[in-house]
Amino acid sequence: MIDLLTQYPLLAALLALVGLAAVFGALLGFAAEKFKTEGNPIADEINNILPQTQCGQCGYPGCRPYAEAIAGGEAINKCPPGGEAGVQALADLLDLTVLPLDEEHGEAKKVTTIAFIREDECIGCTKCIQACPVDAILGAAKQMHTVISSECTGCDLCVEPCPVDCIDMIAQEESLKTWHWQLPDPVSRRVDIIATDVVLGNASEDRAA
Amino acid sequence: MRKVFDFHGGIHPAENKHQSVRSPIADAGIPPELIIPLSQHIGAPARPLVSIGERVLKGQMIAEARGFVSVPVHAPTSGTVHAIEDRLIAHPSGYLAPCIVITSDGQDEWTEHNGVSDYQTLEAADLINIIRNAGIAGMGGAGFPSAVKLSVKADTHIKTLIINGTECEPYITADDILMREQAYEIIEGTKILQQIIAPQETLIGIEDNKPEGIAALRAAAQGTGIEIVTFPTKYPSGGEKQLVEILTGQQVPSGGLPSQVGVVCQNIGSTVAIFNAVVHGQPLISRITTVTGESVREPQNFEVLIGTPVQYLIEKAGYQREENNRLIMGGPMMGFTIPDTDVPIVKTTNCLLAPSEAELSTPPPAQACIRCGMCAEVCPASLLPQQMFWFAQGKEFEKLEEHNLFDCIECGACSFACPSNIPLVQYYRASKAEILQLRHDHEVAEQSRIRFEARQQRLEQAEEEKEAKRAARKIAAQQRAQAAEEGGEEDPIQAAIERAKAKKAAQQADTGDESELETLEKAVVSTHKRLGTATAKLEQAKAEGSDLVDALQTGVDKTRDKLTAAEQALKDCQQRLGTHSAEQPPADGAQAAIARAMQARTTEASLSPQEKARLDLKKLQNRLQKSQAVLIKSRDNAEEKKVIDALESTVARLTDKINAVQQQLNAAEDA
Repeated sequence: MIDLLTQYPLLAALLALVGLAAVFGALLGFAAEKFKTEGNPIADEINNILPQTQCGQCGYPGCRPYAEAIAGGEAINKCPPGGEAGVQALADLLDLTVLPLDEEHGEAKKVTTIAFIREDECIGCTKCIQACPVDAILGAAKQMHTVISSECTGCDLCVEPCPVDCIDMIAQEESLKTWHWQLPDPVSRRVDIIATDVVLGNASEDRAA
Repeated sequence: MRKVFDFHGGIHPAENKHQSVRSPIADAGIPPELIIPLSQHIGAPARPLVSIGERVLKGQMIAEARGFVSVPVHAPTSGTVHAIEDRLIAHPSGYLAPCIVITSDGQDEWTEHNGVSDYQTLEAADLINIIRNAGIAGMGGAGFPSAVKLSVKADTHIKTLIINGTECEPYITADDILMREQAYEIIEGTKILQQIIAPQETLIGIEDNKPEGIAALRAAAQGTGIEIVTFPTKYPSGGEKQLVEILTGQQVPSGGLPSQVGVVCQNIGSTVAIFNAVVHGQPLISRITTVTGESVREPQNFEVLIGTPVQYLIEKAGYQREENNRLIMGGPMMGFTIPDTDVPIVKTTNCLLAPSEAELSTPPPAQACIRCGMCAEVCPASLLPQQMFWFAQGKEFEKLEEHNLFDCIECGACSFACPSNIPLVQYYRASKAEILQLRHDHEVAEQSRIRFEARQQRLEQAEEEKEAKRAARKIAAQQRAQAAEEGGEEDPIQAAIERAKAKKAAQQADTGDESELETLEKAVVSTHKRLGTATAKLEQAKAEGSDLVDALQTGVDKTRDKLTAAEQALKDCQQRLGTHSAEQPPADGAQAAIARAMQARTTEASLSPQEKARLDLKKLQNRLQKSQAVLIKSRDNAEEKKVIDALESTVARLTDKINAVQQQLNAAEDA
């Protein structure tokens, strides 16, 4: 055998290569089985960025399906609740160009809203309960329904099925709890350097007036 | 002399403290109306305990703490609750917040309150409870509930108790005047804190620009083991983390608390409040507030009731509105402009600053950052303000967090040092708020995602269950069909169809032999019978008010039509065949039955009464057996109660009859 190989170096090289190919092939095959990833990890990351309103404005039945569609090459600008910031984040993640929101799928809301059922008008038809993607409506057939406001995503999906139009989308106005400091106005920049407050410029003008 | 350390950065702004310490603490008096916000501290707002129109006494608890991180609120003077409503409060947003409004009656009548002079006998938990119930929240500025701060975990070893008398911010002298005038109370309050925490050492840290206060405290602390430590004046050495570093040389880790390095800090003002709460039983209803600035004629410190409107207080100090550029609550570095002079003084209001335009002028517009690095040099938290400014402008929140934005104490040193007048702190405040908002939004989104997925799963499961049931039904049907094919148990429907077919075939076969007339007669009889049963069923259905009445009615009508048609056909046929022979053997079933019955009757008549009775008995017994079998069957099938009841009554009737017949028989036999 050794003699044969020394006699035919070509054969030796061939054997060595075939041997190596077999070993690495087996190794790759093993790794592919052992370290197989379940599902699409990029879809998870995309889903993490989506706002989870589950409103279906993108044309998919929920955020997860849209995340999977984006992972499969769908446009990233079909999510109005995510707004421009959401498109930006998706573009950063997927290394795509930032697109303006597709107006076909609705405009970004300026203020967050939550559903409110006018309870004395509710007839207890359960249609809104079936429409709610996050199970945020409580009630039973022929019983009054109500929205669990802390769970409502403001997706509007319950408004359309209501046969008596007793659901309002109420804008969540800014309150003491939700108020926070804003970045200084880059145009006027009439703010003080020592006492760090925002309303200075306006306040002094008001007094002068 | 204790070694003191230095912290990174810091600035030396003009102190401007001398103006307000020229006169002693003045009593601000009782304003006609007090506005007491329910949330004057960090944590959950208090829950009101009083109703509108109710008379309250000084020191009475008017709102209770809601949760662990919360403090109660007390009435600052006696009077009537005028309203519980949203009022403008001292907050940079200018929003309204829930407040209890009290109209004072001027009598200043105390509620019953008892102090504990020998607090040494009390347990730490009892003392903490007193402090909590007295509504004491950190009076240095942030308003963190003191009781929470003092409730250190059992496994945390506290080595040093630090009383913060630094008061590093310009203009403010509330703590300074307190040290001068109430040194005894401060030392006693510190002793109470010592008892709660049991530290190895107790330090009172004071900047060296308050010599009178230091002297007074030194005198009061003689022989108590409490050490008064002075250090050079530098802003912001009063920051908790900075003070810990100055006094112990240890740095509190990023994002950590002083207790992680074995330190608990309390403010001088809080110490006095704790003394009053424990020894006099008085809750926190007033505080020392500095009113200063060039726009007040007599800058001084006031002992002011919580809830006093700012307007009332500044008038006492000789406020000149026209000279005032803006009214600031807090100091010039960390304070904020208040939206209106109607806002109330709260537990954290240490200073009201009314500067003139010359004193604190409107800042010039911000220029571009020239990357001079002065902000980084003065930052007491060793951050990189210029970098963070850059990221804040670009909203690069991840980068901001990487640069430890949340370690920024918003002291304003960077803004003060900035040669380009960039309002740096506002960028950090806004970014912090934005990051917290994003975190909150993400948490909410996560919750929605979980709910959405749970719903999807539930719907899928319901669908699967339905599918499984459908499949099971299909398989069962197939099995039945197969069993029928294999000749085992017959499919009942198939069997019925076959029986009907066989009958028809037999009928058709018979027609050859039977006359047309017979067939027609049979048809009339059977139709008549069917009409009878159908009518009976309809009656029953009507009586029960069943849904099937309509269907049965149409059935009856149809059968009646058929009967008429059959009778017509029979008549036609009879006419065609001539007269109907009476001698003809009774071919139709009914007549045959009648004949059979008559025959039976005759045989019966020929029997002796005894035999007849025996026969009856036998028949009745048969019927009883049958009825019982039916009853048992319906019971097993759990049929309607009505049916079972009817069957039961039948069985009972039959039993009665049998008994009667038996008796008759017995009587006959005896005879």
